[in-house]
Amino acid sequence: MSEVAMSDTVVSLRDLDALPKARASAKPRRRSRSTVAYGLVAPAFTLMLLMLLGPLAGVIALSFTDYQLGAPSFAWIGLANYQQLFADRVFWISLTNTLTYAVIVVPGSVALGLGVAMLIESGTHLRAFYRTIYFLPVMATLIAMAIVWEFMLHPQFGLVNGLIKMVGLAPHPWLQDRGTALYALCVIGIWQAVGFNMVLFLAGLMSIPKHLYDAAEIDGAASAWSRFRLVTWPMLGPVTLFVVVITGIRSFQVFDTVHVLTKGGPSKSTEVLIHTMYMEGFEFFRSGYAAAVTVVFLGLVLLLTLVKSRLAAKQVHYA
Amino acid sequence: MAKIELSAIRKSFGDTEVLKGVDLSIHDGEFVSLVGPSGCGKSTLLRVIAGLEPQSSGEVKIGGVAVDHVRPSARNLAMVFQSYALYPHLSVFDNIAVPLRMKRLSALERAPLLGRLLPNRYRVERGIRADVERVASQLEISPLLTRKPGQLSGGQRQRVAVGRALVREPVGFLFDEPLSNLDAKLRVHMRAEIAQLHRRLKATFVYVTHDQAEAMTMSGRIAVMIGGELVQVGTPSDVYDNPRDIRVAEFIGSPKINVLPGAVQADGRIVMLDRVLAARAAASTGPCRVAIRPERLSLGGGDLSGVVVHVENMGAEAFVHLGCDGLTDPVVIRLDDPLRLPAIGSTQRFGFAPEAIRLFDAAGKRIAIRTEASVEMIREVAHV
Repeated sequence: MSEVAMSDTVVSLRDLDALPKARASAKPRRRSRSTVAYGLVAPAFTLMLLMLLGPLAGVIALSFTDYQLGAPSFAWIGLANYQQLFADRVFWISLTNTLTYAVIVVPGSVALGLGVAMLIESGTHLRAFYRTIYFLPVMATLIAMAIVWEFMLHPQFGLVNGLIKMVGLAPHPWLQDRGTALYALCVIGIWQAVGFNMVLFLAGLMSIPKHLYDAAEIDGAASAWSRFRLVTWPMLGPVTLFVVVITGIRSFQVFDTVHVLTKGGPSKSTEVLIHTMYMEGFEFFRSGYAAAVTVVFLGLVLLLTLVKSRLAAKQVHYA
Repeated sequence: MAKIELSAIRKSFGDTEVLKGVDLSIHDGEFVSLVGPSGCGKSTLLRVIAGLEPQSSGEVKIGGVAVDHVRPSARNLAMVFQSYALYPHLSVFDNIAVPLRMKRLSALERAPLLGRLLPNRYRVERGIRADVERVASQLEISPLLTRKPGQLSGGQRQRVAVGRALVREPVGFLFDEPLSNLDAKLRVHMRAEIAQLHRRLKATFVYVTHDQAEAMTMSGRIAVMIGGELVQVGTPSDVYDNPRDIRVAEFIGSPKINVLPGAVQADGRIVMLDRVLAARAAASTGPCRVAIRPERLSLGGGDLSGVVVHVENMGAEAFVHLGCDGLTDPVVIRLDDPLRLPAIGSTQRFGFAPEAIRLFDAAGKRIAIRTEASVEMIREVAHV
């Protein structure tokens, strides 16, 4: 929204520039011109201030207080919240779990999404059908799907353990075991993200010019793998970067499945940042402390975004 | 260097038959243009030769060997695409090096990190570098080697595409409308360059174009393709002067050949616009079409007349469009001297020598004629 509004402003400024009148009487015109510019920027700027920058500043300010939800007053306590945070074992577990989750879900869902997209793209029949099937998890409410997964992973009568028993192996309490709970959540996370990534990759694949594959074929890229290396993968570069960043940010935000399935347990083995923040803020009402967790989380997301814009600047502009 | 032979090539996409049995033999070192209106199947034929499209039936032989189940890369033909098809993420150097790397390095040696550790890779890369630089200097693109295709102009991209074809020293070159994305001036320039390239390499060139001027100026032989069939194959002057089909006559030559309705009488006399022409048809009676090139008509004399409806002055020459009674399309006449242009709306007389006539029957096939040597100009005879 804001970008569109701003580029409109640029256009109108250029138009004004082109007017010969504006040059004739430079000084008063210039003032009115900048007034117009500010006027045009104002709506977008106001919205950004109200919806983004304001709340962000609020959270950062809150993280320097001992405010508790519903309390009549609060005091500035400086960096005490952060001190406490970095000394807290649970925070470090939570941070490690979040990063582990992202490190598994991002490559998993990107690779699977690309694989599924290429299979669908190369097929001739039922393409719309497969697209819909794989996209369903994206459209479904994750909370509801989490409950479905809870049944599937149930230790006694879950579908997954049923299948394991059928092939003669011992059933496993996936979500109740400290060693497997986080990985079970990762699998659900991948399942949920694959469809979204697939759609983006499908769009990317369709935009690759057909004649590049012809050229690759003529040039001697005889195997599917060498054509993938020579054409598909480089041409998907910008899409892949976008998909990786989006999936990364979404994995940092993992909350629904954790909250419904494990509540961070067993013994903090699935505690993740947003869940910690939720517990501190809305279960223990320590709003100041929760704000500090949020700031750390925002820092991570910002880092990822910076990496993306750095890489995107390096990307070639395909002609 | 190799001979390319096509026999009875057919190709269908679903129910539509694009190629309807094409036979063509391209000699070693020959420059053959496949020319025809868009949708005639010429690009499909080229793709069949390249192996990018399997033919429905028929046989392709390269150098005497059937290549019907040979992969495109193994046919050792190079192809230059209309859109150039350069890899946008690779530099000019890497683009030209791709076919060499594919051929000379194993899949393991091409691997991104591991490949660098293999001793052979370094040695082969040195050879590739030398070859790429040699081709680049030939095509005068050496200063561009580090650039990406996105930073090049259309003509430069064209050269890089040619370089990529050249570097692997293929047995034949396939060009798929390589000049149609260039502006008019550059097109004329590249035309000469490709013709020179052919003279230097003496390799087999198959050149697809819809531009009859390209076909006429560059090739040793032209194969005119219309509606999925080769209608005529011959030297440019033969195809221009001696078209065997009305569609060839109409396609080759700019502006288009004039086609006037006529009839062949039982005694072989040809009647056109109520006049009997000084030529006799060798065969077939009934309605026919009389075709005359614009430069074979002469303005200012003769016993046909028309009103000037349009004049095109090209600088070195001019074309006068005359509207005649009984004709729907104007007759186009070439004038060598644009300084003496007739006024629009004026009535002009025009005529032609009998040997200028190319006669076609109702189905469009050429009919041979004998000119009556004793009669120089058209004889006006009262029509019976």
